[in-house]
Amino acid sequence: MSWAKRIGLNLAAPLLAMVVAMLIATLILVATGDDVGAFWTTMLSWPENRNLVNILNATAVLYLSGVAAAIGFRMNLFNIGVEGQYKIGTFFAAVFAGAAILPGYLNTVATIAVAMVSAALWAGIAAVLRVTRGVSEVISTIMLNAIASGLVGFLLPKLGERTGVSTSTKNIPEGSRVGGLALIPDAGTAKIYGLALLAIVVGLAYWVILNRTRFGFDLRATGQSETAAVASGVSVKRMVLISMLMSGAVAGLIGMPVLFGQAYNYGTSFQTGIGFAGIAVALLGRNNPIGIFFGALIFAFLSEQGNLLNILAGVSPDIVGVTQGVIVMSVVIAYEVVRRYRNRLEQAAVAEQVVATTGEAAR
Amino acid sequence: MNATAELSAKTGAPQASGNGRRVPWYLYLVGGLVLVSVVRIISGANDMASIGTLRAALISAIPIAMAGLGGVWSERAGVVNIGLEGMMIAGTLGAGYFGYHYGWAAGLLGAIVLGMLFGALHAYATVIIGVDHIVSGVAINIIALGMAGFLAETLFAGLPGGGPTQSPPLPKPPTIDIPAIYEPATTLQEKGWPIVSDLASVVGAMTRNLSLATVLALLLIVFTSWLLWKTTFGLRLRSVGESPAAAESLGVNVLRYKFVAVTISGGIAGLGGAYLAMVASPGFQQGMTGGRGYIGLAAMLFGNWMPGGMLMGSGLFGYTQAMQLRGGGESLHAVLLLIAIVLIGLAAWGFYKRATRRATINLVIGLLFLVWYLTTDEVPEDFTGMAPYVTTLLVLAFFAQKLRMPAADGQVYRKGSAG
Repeated sequence: MSWAKRIGLNLAAPLLAMVVAMLIATLILVATGDDVGAFWTTMLSWPENRNLVNILNATAVLYLSGVAAAIGFRMNLFNIGVEGQYKIGTFFAAVFAGAAILPGYLNTVATIAVAMVSAALWAGIAAVLRVTRGVSEVISTIMLNAIASGLVGFLLPKLGERTGVSTSTKNIPEGSRVGGLALIPDAGTAKIYGLALLAIVVGLAYWVILNRTRFGFDLRATGQSETAAVASGVSVKRMVLISMLMSGAVAGLIGMPVLFGQAYNYGTSFQTGIGFAGIAVALLGRNNPIGIFFGALIFAFLSEQGNLLNILAGVSPDIVGVTQGVIVMSVVIAYEVVRRYRNRLEQAAVAEQVVATTGEAAR
Repeated sequence: MNATAELSAKTGAPQASGNGRRVPWYLYLVGGLVLVSVVRIISGANDMASIGTLRAALISAIPIAMAGLGGVWSERAGVVNIGLEGMMIAGTLGAGYFGYHYGWAAGLLGAIVLGMLFGALHAYATVIIGVDHIVSGVAINIIALGMAGFLAETLFAGLPGGGPTQSPPLPKPPTIDIPAIYEPATTLQEKGWPIVSDLASVVGAMTRNLSLATVLALLLIVFTSWLLWKTTFGLRLRSVGESPAAAESLGVNVLRYKFVAVTISGGIAGLGGAYLAMVASPGFQQGMTGGRGYIGLAAMLFGNWMPGGMLMGSGLFGYTQAMQLRGGGESLHAVLLLIAIVLIGLAAWGFYKRATRRATINLVIGLLFLVWYLTTDEVPEDFTGMAPYVTTLLVLAFFAQKLRMPAADGQVYRKGSAG
């Protein structure tokens, strides 16, 4: 197949999905009698620099979440528990950093390790249940999400301190905080989180491990054909355990940019739902390091613009949730349709070659 | 004909236990009753099996059971349905809108129809297109959550008693009350006798203010077991989930059966949502499903993909949820003893069977629960909230290997794969 055709086919699915999502959002707004024109001008207007910073920050956070989910997806392991792992990781990290056992940036580095380890262990529960008891990771991670909320709710008053009406962990000492980067001019006080760079590091590591190491090869092989992987000597149980721990470790990083760059503690400002959005972002980007970036960017853009809907268009921002869901659904449908179309093209091409080389014998 | 008979033998009742005879389901119930009775008397937590607790447990269990029944329909036809949660959310919204405007019956019906719409979407994606089942389910949950949030604001914000995240109070389905039975049952229950009083509690809970929707839901479970296991339609539907290629070679329209099953599955989950909005609470509230679709799925796993077992699982989860609602720190504390007894009993059975390693693990965990019970007076409130989820995990960890799911569950089937 020619280059142009291949690229066209790769882009066809996401573009098709965006168009379908836009159509459905429009139809819903027409049906409920909302202001469709104002909706679209708000959504598609170029964001101000301040909002641009927010979008990039949200992209970094969503990207981490997307990679966490993608590591599992790559070997048909459905880590629905990114949300819970992110919560556990952020909470224990905040407690550790607030205690300020180590000075300055040593504290920062150690805290990041604490976040990764605690989140990985939480994911490890599901992995161990799957490997030793055969419990489906889909159900166990969903249950662990709920248990994580309960556990953090139970521990927060014990390990945190009350300030006014809310309870939160101790603030991180100033020396351990990570300042923002003023990459975009005229954005007021808004800055890119320093630890947003983690997203780039994780993205590179994900690409290298997946494409340039034996482990990555085993991981992809297990995902594509478990029997073939077993036949070539891959221990599937070991792969499940390791990839689940890795997925959890990355999930632990999700909260770090906000923790060190804005919130400085775990409390009411903790953002829920990012773990679930990560699953959608990974699906949108086909678990590909670059694809996930675009998926995260689209989701971040929609959410940030959606915040303006109430004021500028009088439309409930929940419509953005519908749009995001529809994008995911139509993109997976479109990928499947395109995949089948491509298979047919390839089969036709092979048939032509066979006829050309062997002539009548092909019959 | 012969082939059909063989298929029936293969897909029939799954083996309940790895070795030995199958234990009849009513023995589990009797055993459970005796156990609860014993624990209640030892611990003195009398609210544990009171009529009030059991009524609350029943009301908590039905939405879970409806999600679970939806799961049975869908997964028996070979389609994993993580989207049950979203279909349930659609049901709560449908009940809120149609129930408020056109009465309780329309509320139930509207919820079922909305649930079926999302079920059909899941069926289209997974059965017709061939998208991965989990992926489609995740997308359905996102769409339904956003849709409910968006439409709730549009539909309920201006209504009296309504708001952007909740509907006005909804009409309730009529209730059945038989004072001639529940009054003596109540006196009997208050005596606190072993077993007799616990049995009276069950009878009392079933005859006092029993919602018509509860009866409908229970009948639906009975009807499903009859339809799926005693009719040709049911045999074909299950054959599609066990071995679609074989089914197709016998002339069964595989895709149609799968599509219908998943759509019905959505309708039943929608009904569960309606029950939540109209019976279990005064009206629709944003986010009121709270993961019950997932717990229903766990209940179905617990029940080995059978309606009866699924109902038992739902009962268990409903019970732990009800205790949380009743602020049952004391009752839950008694449940620690219950778990300890069950685990130590399992351990004893394991030693008798010479499965030493597993028995030791059971014994250690059982003793830990016993120590927890003996050294504390109450279970912290946050733990009561976690109870249903921890129960699910424990149950799955202990019984997952005894389960047998439909052979082709979760696999994408393309028409013509029979060759």
